[in-house]
Amino acid sequence: MSSHTAHPCVVTIDGRSKPRVLFSGSRLVEVDLPVGSRVLYPKPPMKALPDVDAAIRYAIDHPEGGAPLHARLRPGMKVTIAIDDISLPLPPMKRPDIRERVLKIVLPMLADYGVDDIHLIVATCFHRPMTAKEVERMVGQAVFRKYWPDRLYNHDAEKPGGLTEIGTTDQGEVVEISTRAATSDLLIYLNLNFVPMDGGHKSAAVGLCGYRSLRAHHTPGAIRASKSYMEPGASELNHRVVRMGRLLNEHVNVFTIETTVDNRMFGPELDFLARNEDDWTPRQQMGAKALMATLNALPWKARQAIFEKVPAPYGVTGVFAGETEAAHEKTLEKCNEQYAVPIDGQADIVVTGVPYISPYNVGAFLNPLLVSVLIEGYLFNLNRGVPLVKKGGTVIAFHPCTDHFDKTQHLAYVEFVHKLLPKTRDAMELHKKYEREFASNPAYVQMYRTGNAYHPAHPFFMWYWGENGRQHIGRVIIVGADNEYIPSLLGYETASTFAEALQMARETAPPDPSLTCLHICPMLMADVKPLDDDEQARRGLRLLPGGA
Amino acid sequence: MGHPITETTPATAYRATAYFDVDGTLVGTNLLHPMLHVLTQQPTPLQSLRRIGKALLAAPMLAAAELRDRRRFNELLFSHYEGMSEDRLVVLADETYRKVIAPRVFRGTRDLLAQCRRADLRVVLVTGSLDITVAPLARELGADHVIANRLEMRKGKATGKLLRPVVAGPAKARIIADDAREVGHDLGACHAYSDSASDVPMLSVVGHPFCINPDWRLRDLATAYDWAVLDLDRSSPGEGSE
Repeated sequence: MSSHTAHPCVVTIDGRSKPRVLFSGSRLVEVDLPVGSRVLYPKPPMKALPDVDAAIRYAIDHPEGGAPLHARLRPGMKVTIAIDDISLPLPPMKRPDIRERVLKIVLPMLADYGVDDIHLIVATCFHRPMTAKEVERMVGQAVFRKYWPDRLYNHDAEKPGGLTEIGTTDQGEVVEISTRAATSDLLIYLNLNFVPMDGGHKSAAVGLCGYRSLRAHHTPGAIRASKSYMEPGASELNHRVVRMGRLLNEHVNVFTIETTVDNRMFGPELDFLARNEDDWTPRQQMGAKALMATLNALPWKARQAIFEKVPAPYGVTGVFAGETEAAHEKTLEKCNEQYAVPIDGQADIVVTGVPYISPYNVGAFLNPLLVSVLIEGYLFNLNRGVPLVKKGGTVIAFHPCTDHFDKTQHLAYVEFVHKLLPKTRDAMELHKKYEREFASNPAYVQMYRTGNAYHPAHPFFMWYWGENGRQHIGRVIIVGADNEYIPSLLGYETASTFAEALQMARETAPPDPSLTCLHICPMLMADVKPLDDDEQARRGLRLLPGGA
Repeated sequence: MGHPITETTPATAYRATAYFDVDGTLVGTNLLHPMLHVLTQQPTPLQSLRRIGKALLAAPMLAAAELRDRRRFNELLFSHYEGMSEDRLVVLADETYRKVIAPRVFRGTRDLLAQCRRADLRVVLVTGSLDITVAPLARELGADHVIANRLEMRKGKATGKLLRPVVAGPAKARIIADDAREVGHDLGACHAYSDSASDVPMLSVVGHPFCINPDWRLRDLATAYDWAVLDLDRSSPGEGSE
């Protein structure tokens, strides 16, 4: 193999390597990668803060830019605290949630300074409203009992008169947010930052906005122009959000509190799943076999419950507060420190598991549209530098692609997938021809406002989310699909086995292609350093000739 | 009897129509509620007693018709209006609205209809109730048009028969298809809302069918056909939304 020293999280497969264990929805599958493949593993969890409460106090007393929180308070002022929803982290973290811990420090401070007019808004934007139980779990029982539902509630982006226009950027983007937040003397934004695309100006300018503002950046054009959402400097989406956020901060007094977590997604009983299979102990190997057999024998609800019933033991790695951009800079450093795994060279073929979970199906089934969001949206964008897969390359993904939707959260998705996608997969056409009408569907809007459904515009945004991946990736081959229809509707090919998929991928790849496997979960990002083909060949970053 | 409401905005100004069943869908009433009120408000207690007694005797037939044929059910039900004067029916209709219907308008109804207007949809109520009964509700909710049953009148008195077409069950599908064609709306772009399995034909002919607080038979069908189920907030009696 290569003499070049790879990062410890980049493992090259040789003749003695064991099969890799990847997610295929809520199942685990063994994948026998060919010799010469590289596997990208998550970094081990960073060291968590030993005293989180002290870190919170320190952050709000020593902010990154601007005055400390206490110096901004005065008796009788009107304060709104906006809070990230439970789309992050994934899966939900063990109690106490970091948002509860911050509130337990901030709310008494407000009371000490004579601030009584306080509203807490869950910044859901077009996400589904959180249930009362979920909100209670997130903010803690004491806060919930005191404020819910009159002063602690979900943002309603469709409430007549509920939004206030702040202004328009020099690029014509309308900035409009919750009237309560816009008319407050102080807006505190409490963020939980999971990946680099979260937080910063995206928090208030997106989390509390309505359709007019979303239309400025949640478009196929903005997504196509974004090289990676996870690299803010290379994201057109982020550029637009920053312009809007800066305008917002000129008019509204915003104090940002951002928090970061490690990638400890699994408890001690399952954390071996994040590690190199060749390093598993015999007991872990047996445990993996038993888990796979159990998952295969169970229906999907029971399978998902195995992973979801135990909240993730995420550790808090950072708390940063103050001016939005200054605090977010620190947050990004932490995120990249935890997630970014350096790897040299792109791959002709990328192999990835597709897990059961995404930010948009907490407590629900990962429906076909969300499968495409994961493959061409999130997983494709988990990179800095250049994408892990070469332009026109092939992605082999493992997922059953079951034609099933949660009827409470994702009803509008059903119509999108089964009525619109058969007409066209062209994001531009969907955007121009169908989005506006679909987004104003009275029943779907009512379900968003009074039920627990995503806004009817959301499935469109989800389709756009995969747009830069769709433009870049040549082929997506699904292994393990339980039907042909959904993959073809999404524009994918299918193979019954990995060997078959690899054979198909080789047909359009160069001779002796390079292959990289993204070993997710937990979360990781590929920090890809581009290499030309000759350099890749010289370093031996290719499959052995004819290897399978 | 004439049209219960007049369309002030031309139908062509809208991009499509939203057809709403009324009883059980927008209001917590059924066809019997208004009728019972009318029967109890006859000029003399004796007349009321006689009409209620007659209605009770016909109850088994009504129940059987409800199970088998919605149109027959409507015809039997409204036969009890025979002999009532048109003037009195109009007066009673307003009273019935105030005392029986208005307190039962679902909290979510007004929000949903307001959203229809924001979505550029013409709102039409399609109901087996009598046009005179539903007219005050339609005005109150700001509906653009009403498709309802009409009593046959002869010499100022109700004959107890319904004018054709009788608005019920499968006929609703044809009636709304005719209405959409008449106003130039593509049925595929139209919406329909109902709570009852008897309205499956109406739901089936539009491009956007929705079930509101559906009965178990409709809920089963909604699951099978992936029709959206909307559970409107029924908690508030009376004047609708906050």
